[in-house]
Amino acid sequence: MVYGFGLVRGMGVTLKTLLRPAFTVQYPDRRVGLIGAARAYGISTPGLIFKRPIKALRALLGLERIAVRPTQSPRFRGNDFTWYEERCTGCANCAKYCPLGIIKIVTVPGGIDVQEGESYAIETFDIDTGRCMFCALCVEACPFDALHMGTNFELSNFQREALVITKEELISQPKYPSTWFRPQMEESAYSPFDDLMEDMKRAGRHEMPSVELMTERWVEERKTDEAVDD
Amino acid sequence: MPDPFDSVLYRHIYCTLSSTADAQCEGVGLFGGGLLPGGFEWLAFVLTGVIIVAALINGILGAVLLMIWGERRLLGRLQGRTGPNRWGPFGLLTPIADAVKTMFKEDVVPTVSDRLVFTLAPILMLFPALLVYAVLPIGHGTWLADINVALLFIVAIGGANVLAIVAAAWGSGNRYAMFSAMRAVAMLISYEIPLVISLVGVIMLSGSLSLVAIVNAQTIPFFIIQPLGFFVFVVASMAELNRTPFDVAEAESEIVAGYMTDYSSMKFGLFFLAEFAATIATSGVITVLFLGGWHGFDPIPSQIWFIAKMVGVLALIVWVRASWPRLRIDQIMAFAWKALFELTLINLVVSGLLMLAWPSPSTTELWYMAGINWLVFIASIILFGKLLGPKHDPVSAGNVQRDVTLSDSDAPAIPSGGGG
Amino acid sequence: MPLATEPITINVGPQHPSTHGVFRMRVTFDGEEVIDVEPIFGYLHRGSEKLAESRTYTQIVTLTDRMDYVASMNSNMSYILSVEQLAGIEPSPRGVWLRMIAAELQRIASHLVATGFFLQDLGALGTPLIFTMRERELVLELFERLCGARITSSYMRPGGVFMDAPDDFWPALDRFLAEMPHRIDEYEQLISGNEIVMVRCDGVAVVDSQTLINASVTGPMLRASGVDWDLRHRQPYEYYDQIKFNRPLATASDNYARYIVRVHEMRESLSIVRQCIEQIEPGPVRPKEVPALIRPPAGDAYVGTECPKGELGFYLVSDGGVAPYRCKVRAPSLINLTLLRDMLIGYKLADLFVTFGSIDINMGEVDR
Repeated sequence: MVYGFGLVRGMGVTLKTLLRPAFTVQYPDRRVGLIGAARAYGISTPGLIFKRPIKALRALLGLERIAVRPTQSPRFRGNDFTWYEERCTGCANCAKYCPLGIIKIVTVPGGIDVQEGESYAIETFDIDTGRCMFCALCVEACPFDALHMGTNFELSNFQREALVITKEELISQPKYPSTWFRPQMEESAYSPFDDLMEDMKRAGRHEMPSVELMTERWVEERKTDEAVDD
Repeated sequence: MPDPFDSVLYRHIYCTLSSTADAQCEGVGLFGGGLLPGGFEWLAFVLTGVIIVAALINGILGAVLLMIWGERRLLGRLQGRTGPNRWGPFGLLTPIADAVKTMFKEDVVPTVSDRLVFTLAPILMLFPALLVYAVLPIGHGTWLADINVALLFIVAIGGANVLAIVAAAWGSGNRYAMFSAMRAVAMLISYEIPLVISLVGVIMLSGSLSLVAIVNAQTIPFFIIQPLGFFVFVVASMAELNRTPFDVAEAESEIVAGYMTDYSSMKFGLFFLAEFAATIATSGVITVLFLGGWHGFDPIPSQIWFIAKMVGVLALIVWVRASWPRLRIDQIMAFAWKALFELTLINLVVSGLLMLAWPSPSTTELWYMAGINWLVFIASIILFGKLLGPKHDPVSAGNVQRDVTLSDSDAPAIPSGGGG
Repeated sequence: MPLATEPITINVGPQHPSTHGVFRMRVTFDGEEVIDVEPIFGYLHRGSEKLAESRTYTQIVTLTDRMDYVASMNSNMSYILSVEQLAGIEPSPRGVWLRMIAAELQRIASHLVATGFFLQDLGALGTPLIFTMRERELVLELFERLCGARITSSYMRPGGVFMDAPDDFWPALDRFLAEMPHRIDEYEQLISGNEIVMVRCDGVAVVDSQTLINASVTGPMLRASGVDWDLRHRQPYEYYDQIKFNRPLATASDNYARYIVRVHEMRESLSIVRQCIEQIEPGPVRPKEVPALIRPPAGDAYVGTECPKGELGFYLVSDGGVAPYRCKVRAPSLINLTLLRDMLIGYKLADLFVTFGSIDINMGEVDR
C-alpha cells in the first residue's frame, strides 16, 4: 500500500480517461473529424471524401465545425420572457410578486366602460432583466398564463439599458416559452426547442373569456351580492 | 579538443561557405561549396556558428510552442476534456495566439520592485535552459558541440536557474514570491546532490563524461542496467524542473504563482518559455543518459528516434502532472535527504562493486549487472517504502466506520422542533 | 550565534486562487509555519437577513438559493420547514418525498464540489476537480429537468414543491443512480489510496471532538471526529425517520477523515434517494389550501436541518404580517469556520489551504 501502488493506480485512472471520449460539450460549435462530419452532413464517409473533397480535407485537419445546441430541459428557465399580449389583463400580479420589483406595468382604460375582469390596454410592460434573478415567481403568479419564462439564454449586451425588455420586444420576438409552471404545456408534450408557440390559446390553461361573457358574469355577481346585502 | 567537423551540421554549413579545400569537405557542401572568397575562413567559422545557434534557438522556441500545445492537449485528454482546439487544425495555433496575447499585454513593474533585478531575472532564467542544448546530441552526428565534460556542464548549468528564481523573487518585492524563492533554493540544492550522484553509475559504465560517448556506450539502454539511477535521476529532474508533484515553488493554490506572481507581459512569457525549454532539455538529457539516445533500428533516422523517446519522457511528465497532487515542502526535503540520497549511495556502491567484478563488461555481463541492479532496486524501494511510507494507512486502519445504523445508537432521537 | 528572524505577515485573499470566494486571512508565518491566523470576512455580504424582512414568505425562497449556492436545495428545504412550522402548514406527502430526493441529490453535488476543491487545494492540477464537476453536472441536469434551473433552484414552496417532477425525470434519475457508484469508485481509485494524498492529509489539522462540540461545529467535520451527530437521525425532519441509512463516522478528525467521510456520505445519499423512490406515491405536490400569500400567526419557529456543510436552520419571527419580522440564519459555514485558527496553528503554509478546503465552506453562506 505504501510502495507507490496508489500513485500508479491513480495514473491508471487518468489513462483510462484518456482512452475514453471527452465528456465535455463544445459550444457554440463543435469540431468534427472525418466520420463526424460525414454523419453531420448525412452522407457516408467515402461519399464525403469523393464528392466533397475540400470539406473532407478540412474535416481531416480538424477545421470543420458544426453548430451545437446544448441539451436543455423544456422547463429550463432562460434569460428572457415570453408574453402573450392577448392573454394579459394588466392585473399586475407579476409585478406584485416580483421580489425585486423590476416589472413595470402601465395600463390605461381600454374598454368603453371598464368593469372588473375586463382587460386594460397595456401601455408599458417593461422587464429589467439586468436586475432579474429569473426566479420565475412572476410566471407562477400570472393567473391568465400570459407571462412565461423564455428559453433563450444567449442574451448579452454592452448597455444596461438594452437589457430592459420592452413591450414591443416582447410582442415581436419569436415565442419559445419554457414549460416552467405550465403543466398544460407539459401534458401536450410541447418542447420549446422544436417548435414555436405563437398560438396564445394553446399556451394557456383556459381560453380567455370574451368581454360579453365577463360582463354577464359581473352582472350575475352583482345580483347575488345585492341579494346578500338585502 | 574534439574536432568541430564531427558535427554533420557544422561540416555542411562550413563547407558551403568556406572556399578552402579542406580534407573534411570532400563531397560535402551545397552549391559546390566556397560561397565566400578565399582568406575568409574565419568568417565562415563565425557565420557557421551564428547560423547553427540561430537555427537551434528558433528550433527550441518552435519546440516549446509545440510542447505547450501538446501538454495542454494531453492534459485535457487525460482529464476527459478536449484541450485547446479552436485555433488552427487541432488547436495547433493556440500557443501562437498565446504568445501574441502575452506580447501585447501591459508590462507592469511594481513600484516596490528592484527594477534592474526584476528585469534581469527572466533573461537569467532563460539562459541556462538554452545552454543545455549546446551539448545535447539529438541524432547521429547532429550536435552543436561535443565537449568532453558535457555532463559536468549540464549539471553546472542546470543549477543556475535557482539564481534567477531568487532574483525574480527579490526583484518583485512580493512576499509570496519570497516564499517561493526560499522553497526553490532549499529544494533545488537538496535535489542537486542525488541528481549528480545518480549520474556516477552512468559515468562508470560508459567511462566518459561526453554525451556522445555515453550514447555510443549504450548497447543496452542504461535504464535497464541502472534502474535505481534512472529512478533517482527522473525524480530529481522533476524536482529541479518544478514539476508536479514537486511544484511547490509555483504552487498556484498556495502562493499564487510563486516567483512569477508580479510578472506580466513578455517577462512572464520568458519565464514560461524558460520553464518549457528546461523541461524539453531535461527530457533530452534523460533520453541521452538512460534511454539510449538516438539508437534505434534503421530505416527511421536517428533524429526521429531521439525525438520520439524525448516525447515519451515528456508525456510521462504530463501524465504524472495530471494524476498526482503536490507534496509539502518539508516532505519534499525529507524525501530528498531520507530516500533519494540513500538510494543513490546504494546505487553508487552496488555499481562500483559490479564494475570491480567486470571492469570492461561484455553484453552478457551487462545483462548480469542489470539483473543484480534490478534486484537491488526492488529491495531498496520496499525497504524505503517500509521505513518512510505513511505510518498508518487511513483506509484500512478502521478510520471510517461505515456500518453505524439507526438501531445501535445509544442516544434517543430528539423530536423535530424540540429547539435543538 | 542564533540568527535574528522575524515573523512575516501575509494577507491571503480576498484575491487569491484558493480562498473559495472572497475570503481574507491575515496569516503570520514563522518561515513556513503558521503562527497566527485572523479570518476576515464580509466581502460577500448582501444583507440577506435584512432583505428577508421586506419580502413575503414565498419571495424569501429565492434569497435562500443564493446563500449556499452549491447546496441551494438544502437551503430551500431548511427555510421551507421553518415556514411550515411557523404557519402550521401540513405538507403533501409527495412534495416531501420530492424535497428529500432533491436535497439528497444536492448533498451529493455539494460533497462533490467539496472533494474536488479540496483536491485542487492539494495541488492536484484540476483532474479530481474536473472529474467531480463531471458528476455534479449529472446532478445539475436532473435539477434542470426538475425545476428549470441548475444552481438557484427555488424549487420548494411552503407545503411541498412548486410542481411535480416531469416524466422524463425518473428514468434520468435511475440512470444517475446506476452510474454514480462507479464514479465514486473511480475517485477512490484516483484519490483515496494515493500515497501523496495520505502523507499530505493524514494527521494534519487535527481537532478533538470536545473542541468541535464546544464551537458548535456540525456536519461532516464533526462526524469526522467520531461524534455521531446527524440531524436527519437525531431530530428527524421530513420523512427521514422512515428511511434507513448509515452515518459514516471517522475517528481521526484530520483532513483525510473529513474527506473520506464525505465520500462515504455520497454513497449513503444515493441509498436514501433509492429508498425515497421506492416510497414515493402519486398525489398532489402542494396542498390546495396553502394561500399564495402566507400570513402566519405571530410567533417564532426554528427547524435545524442537516445540510452538506452542517446544521442549517432559519429562525423566523412573525408578527402576523406577510413578511417575517426577523429572519436569522444559522449558517454552518460560518460556524465551522470559527475553528480555523485553532486548526491551523503549528501547521505549514501548504496545509493552510488544504485545511480550509477540508472545512468546506461557502462564502455566500458565511457572509450572507
